[in-house]
Amino acid sequence: MNYFDHSATTPMRPEVLEAMTPYLLEQYGNPSSVHAAGRSARAAIDKARRQIAQELNAKPTELIFTSGGTESDNYAIFGAAEAAREKGRHLITTRFEHHAVLHAFEELEKQGYDVTYLDVPDTGVVSMAALQEAVREDTTLVSIMFGNNEVGTIQPIAAFGQFLRERGILFHTDAVQVFGKQAIDVEALQVDLLSASGHKINGPKGIGLLYVRTGVKLAPQTFGGEQERKRRAGTENVPGIVGLAKALELMIAERDQQQDHIKQLRNVLLTRLDESGVTYEVNGVEGLPNVLNLYFPRIEIEPFLIMLDMRQMAVSSGSACTAGSVEPSHVLSAMYGEDERTRASVRISFGHGNELAQVELLAQALQDVVKSFQN
Amino acid sequence: MNTRAKAPSETTVVVGMSGGVDSSVTAHLLKEQGYNVIGIFMKNWDDTDENGFCTATEDYEDVIAVANQIGIPYYAVNFEKEYWDKVFTYFLDEYKLGRTPNPDVMCNKEIKFKAFLDHAMRLGADFVATGHYARAVYEDGEHKLLRGVDANKDQTYFLNQLSQEQIAKAMFPIGHMEKSEVRRIAEEANLATAKKKDSTGICFIGERNFKQFLGQYLPAQPGEMRTLDGNVMGRHDGLMYYTMGQRHGLGIGGDGEPWFVVGKNLEENILYVDQGFHNELLYSEGLLASDVSWTSERPVGETFRCTAKFRYRQQDTTVTVRVLEDGLDVSFDERQRAITPGQAVVFYDGDICLGGATIDAAYKAGERLAYLA
Repeated sequence: MNYFDHSATTPMRPEVLEAMTPYLLEQYGNPSSVHAAGRSARAAIDKARRQIAQELNAKPTELIFTSGGTESDNYAIFGAAEAAREKGRHLITTRFEHHAVLHAFEELEKQGYDVTYLDVPDTGVVSMAALQEAVREDTTLVSIMFGNNEVGTIQPIAAFGQFLRERGILFHTDAVQVFGKQAIDVEALQVDLLSASGHKINGPKGIGLLYVRTGVKLAPQTFGGEQERKRRAGTENVPGIVGLAKALELMIAERDQQQDHIKQLRNVLLTRLDESGVTYEVNGVEGLPNVLNLYFPRIEIEPFLIMLDMRQMAVSSGSACTAGSVEPSHVLSAMYGEDERTRASVRISFGHGNELAQVELLAQALQDVVKSFQN
Repeated sequence: MNTRAKAPSETTVVVGMSGGVDSSVTAHLLKEQGYNVIGIFMKNWDDTDENGFCTATEDYEDVIAVANQIGIPYYAVNFEKEYWDKVFTYFLDEYKLGRTPNPDVMCNKEIKFKAFLDHAMRLGADFVATGHYARAVYEDGEHKLLRGVDANKDQTYFLNQLSQEQIAKAMFPIGHMEKSEVRRIAEEANLATAKKKDSTGICFIGERNFKQFLGQYLPAQPGEMRTLDGNVMGRHDGLMYYTMGQRHGLGIGGDGEPWFVVGKNLEENILYVDQGFHNELLYSEGLLASDVSWTSERPVGETFRCTAKFRYRQQDTTVTVRVLEDGLDVSFDERQRAITPGQAVVFYDGDICLGGATIDAAYKAGERLAYLA
């Protein structure tokens, strides 16, 4: 299997498993317990929290561990909207957010909030002008993703952050695709809330975090024990938290080298496609080097993906509906409107473990399959 | 040429998996026989309700469970557009003409053995397999479609429009089995769908009220119910809701024998009714049909004897078929009751399904039956 779907999830690094294992087998205490086993688990969480906070330039107390990106997004959005309910009911997001954000806002609309969905131009980068035009007196929360999960485009978060901070509007960013891959400084970005996840960076599934700037009020969304300073009830996922910190540590240590390697893979793939004579276009402007979204005119996406799978190539497209068939991508629809492209594009996302030889195989497979449609 | 000669391990079979027990066992048997099996679920209709419930989702969940149990890759393909254009549009058009269409015949012809077959071939498949109770064999230099061994379950009636080329690419691994045997295999293999209830009715209507469903798509025009003599017997809800020989839903009380639908007058929007199951008006001696499909060519002008079925659950009856320029003339050895335009007439020589056509009209004593829509 040649895996090029790292924006969906990633294999866990053996070093991460190694770091987690003691907390699964030996140091299994509950961090809230008043005995040595509990204390050692608690110490592990605190260490991980400090380590991650440092990478984000946040205070350890500003991090809440969650079950993943979706819970972090949901908590940020529902928690902030609800806490600021008396101040205003207007919220802003974009049309090409992850469903964990979009569907949360759709639910808030049902609850009586007024939501503005910013249009996204075909560059895949939301403009400051669009945001400036959308803000109102009663706007309480803006949520704009950092790096898009389908096209990889990066949003000018720092500029948005500065603009919104001046107006006293809370700003959340879903940074799941950027976390670990680029340095993130929450102070420089002037964000109030930021979501991240473990399994996109070769960490375990089922762990994520939400950065909540000191002083930002969130209405709790889980009720139970008093974990995470009463902000997120439920026994902490100790091995997951330890694994998340370890995965991030590896990402940081290898970041520059890894980013160069991935840029090279990306360039080789594009060069091979150019040489092969297949017709294609890159969707969106360049952003995260590991995400490449390609439009191949005239392909039919369902057989296309199956044919690549039969050639042991794992790539993705849009999102599968619950009955399995491929639906047009809402991200590409936001960027390009009603266009054949929304049904004829494929996302290739590189990651740890991808080698040049695999990319050559992918280039050959893409060329064969695309030609079977284009010729 | 018989392409079935390749070894199973060299042969790729795409199985149309519906999430039911028949197609589950189909995939299981092929896998056991050593074929390279791929399961594909067809999403042909979106019935998502206000609660987000969609039968396709439930069925696909079953496909996933079974595919993982038997260890084959699974995918889904969306044929909603093809189904709408080729099957559902035909279905509505026929009702508009006052006829009683058979969407399952059209679905096999246009979707399962065309869109789906093409899709499978594009993926490099050698064959497609389905859980139909029918058999495909290669004999005397041609591909033949044979009745399923389970006489109760035989589905060749719905497969009558398949051509040589389509049968050549088809496998029906449960066609030589009884339904009870299929269930037993599913239970022995502990397949997730072993105890799943058989689906009933037309796939896009499912368990819903047929009348209500049709009313969503076609405007119903209520009108008079009369006898051919002109006696008004009541009102009908719209001609499309009735079919030849139908007894239920007329709401005519009184003494004597029960009442039946004996004809429709589309121009004047009248439903004709009369008394008695064996009412003379329901009987005919022959029929005319079009949209003819033979599994192997029949020249115009040829006349031959064989048996035929005029609806799905019916005994065969002996007929004489004359191949016309633009269709068929089928005369019955014994008079037939309630021949219904829009339904399929399907021909057999023993167990061999020869092909079929769509019924357009019935006749008696050389005259076409009037008021037969």
